[in-house]
Amino acid sequence: MNTSTSTFVRTEMLPEQAPPLTEAGAVKWVRENLFSSILNGILTVLGIVVVAYLVIGIAPWLSRSVWNAGSLSECRQIIADRWGEGVTGACWAVIRERWPQYLFGFYPSHLYWRPVLAFVLLCVAVAPVLFDRLPRKMLWFSLIYPAVGFWLLWGGSVWVPVMAVAGFAIGYAAVKVVQPVAGTILATIAAVLAPVLWWLFLAGPAADALQSILPIALQGVRSREFGGFILAFTIGFTGIAFSLPLGVMLALGRQSDMFIVNKLSVGFIEFIRGVPLITLLFTASLLLNYFLPPGTDFDIILRVIIMVVLFAAAYIAEVVRGGLAALPRGQYEAADALGLDYWKAQRLIIMPQALKISIPGIVSTFIGLFKDTTLVVFVGLLDPLKGITDAVRASTDWKGIYWEPYIFVGAIFFLFCFGMSRYSMYLESKLKTDHR
Amino acid sequence: MSEATALDLTARQIDPSQMKVSDEVAIQITQMNKWYGTFHVLRDINMTVNRGERIVICGPSGSGKSTLIRCINRLEEHQQGQIIVDGTELTSDLKNIDKVRSEVGMVFQHFNLFPHLTILENLTLAPIWVRKTPKKEAEEVAMHYLRKVKIPEQANKYPGQLSGGQQQRVAIARSLCMKPRIMLFDEPTSALDPEMIKEVLDTMIELAEEGMTMLCVTHEMGFAQAVANRVIFMDQGQIVEQNNPKEFFNNPQSDRTKLFLSQILGH
Ligand SMILES: Nc1ncnc2c1ncn2[C@@H]1O[C@H](COP(=O)(O)OP(=O)(O)OP(=O)(O)O)[C@@H](O)[C@H]1O
Ligand SMILES: [Mg+2]
Repeated sequence: MNTSTSTFVRTEMLPEQAPPLTEAGAVKWVRENLFSSILNGILTVLGIVVVAYLVIGIAPWLSRSVWNAGSLSECRQIIADRWGEGVTGACWAVIRERWPQYLFGFYPSHLYWRPVLAFVLLCVAVAPVLFDRLPRKMLWFSLIYPAVGFWLLWGGSVWVPVMAVAGFAIGYAAVKVVQPVAGTILATIAAVLAPVLWWLFLAGPAADALQSILPIALQGVRSREFGGFILAFTIGFTGIAFSLPLGVMLALGRQSDMFIVNKLSVGFIEFIRGVPLITLLFTASLLLNYFLPPGTDFDIILRVIIMVVLFAAAYIAEVVRGGLAALPRGQYEAADALGLDYWKAQRLIIMPQALKISIPGIVSTFIGLFKDTTLVVFVGLLDPLKGITDAVRASTDWKGIYWEPYIFVGAIFFLFCFGMSRYSMYLESKLKTDHR
Repeated sequence: MSEATALDLTARQIDPSQMKVSDEVAIQITQMNKWYGTFHVLRDINMTVNRGERIVICGPSGSGKSTLIRCINRLEEHQQGQIIVDGTELTSDLKNIDKVRSEVGMVFQHFNLFPHLTILENLTLAPIWVRKTPKKEAEEVAMHYLRKVKIPEQANKYPGQLSGGQQQRVAIARSLCMKPRIMLFDEPTSALDPEMIKEVLDTMIELAEEGMTMLCVTHEMGFAQAVANRVIFMDQGQIVEQNNPKEFFNNPQSDRTKLFLSQILGH
């Protein structure tokens, strides 16, 4: 402390000064970011060369775009007329002519308003989940949206989705009745068993009965008529909505001390992760028929959704487990010491933090799931990428078209996946409270 | 550094032996044994704590101090013997455990605040979800205790924005919001810088003066002298010696206690 002999007391505080302007902004930036070392310089040059090569290859083709044509040969003719014989150009006319098919598959065209309405309502339902500044009351609509969306897309009697939702009410009622008399464990069992029994045996007849009393129905649309992006969205969004809660439960199961729960979760996760999604889809389309009673017509899209949910849930379970493992033990102990029970501690303390850590992994899984919906082409459904494109190319008009449909479908997938990725970054920064 | 705080605290001139202790039993531990696997970590622990007592537990590292006080709110399970807290015996019965936990507050070495919640939310969480207190009332209680630990202005910040000493005081306030009848402290100051130790100890002394039943694992001997009415020395999972602070520090009986005191007081 007392190293200097002469005393010094500052009488005036120094004012703040602007940083020295030794270099012009742009030059400085280029030097620091692009050519800070020899290696960096080489990489910069290489990068520029690659980008230039790509642009030189694609730009002329893109610049010769044709939007109005009735067929591929007409399109080629226009290109030849305009830019000379032998050059190639992009023929977007196929998208212009066939976009309804890309969006709706073979959905009856006079019913297009239904998937469109379903999509708009989906946005309304998802908004309060994504942005917590919106009124919380909107979440009630989010909760019933699956039934609304189902009815709009598939049509049929309104009582079918209503009775399906009633199953949840029955589960809730079962808890309320059983919990006071028989305790939490039996109440949990009742909460699962009662709705399942309802759905399996009673919901169908009840819906039929109500339909005969008060017939309200939309024209039915069969699953085989679905295709294109409504198929991808239906499978993708349902998959996302259901795989997250299931994945969280599996992650908790894997952490559980209860032997059976633990082993079942581990077995399930490892099995699903060890099998390609296509195998599961084939199982869904072929094998399930052997197990189901003959004559039951178990919807193909529903089967595919179940498989996709199981598949994504296994991955999410592992991602969430990573988040759980990253939490210090002290968080559990503090929750315990305050008297919070297991579920409250999970809901209020553990999961908010574990999920926050897992956001990037969860969103990656969602993005993967969404893109994997194109694999349903292998079980005969018309996914936008291959299913619809093949259908388009099967027509004499567009036989031989190749790049344009793929680019179009790819661009739409990119738009949604990029949106999800951005949202995840927004969420991460919004939830950042550690201020380290 | 513990010397410095020791001086500050004794300057307050409270005489711990003057503070009242009732005859009512708060914690009763009889013939308690605990193992971690095959490792016998707590051996034949017998101990009675009356309401209003302030007990300091000390001993070398690994002697089982943390394990002992964590058994009292069942963060650790004991295998033999009996622990009765406020008339409720700790068994595997979850109802009893929840009851005891909601009456026993615990403060940890590393604070263990919930980093995703604001200070106010940290304080109101348990009252709202465990005690079912209305939010408004819980917030009033929370602000009362925040004022008591002298940081009401931090209510809407997140734990990560506070200093260690402030965080530990929030942790104490968080426990107090549950209106506990017993407080457990596990080395509450050993993760803190010297200048923050005092602010936390001051808070704890204030609590002691209000008659809170306290069990405190600490190496702050100044604190022990200032407020404890009993000091318990543990070694190798056993209670080796217990006495009032004066006798304990000036006239230790066992050789192990002497050795420990000479090490910790730096003589
Ligand atoms: N979860 C555990 N599993 C196995 N052994 C443990 C566990 N926790 C603690 N131990 C051991 O039990 C003994 C007592 O630990 P405890 O944490 O109670 O000691 P302590 O007296 O609090 O020590 P310190 O002063 O370092 O905090 C130590 O030898 C420790 O290694
Ligand atoms: Mg310890």
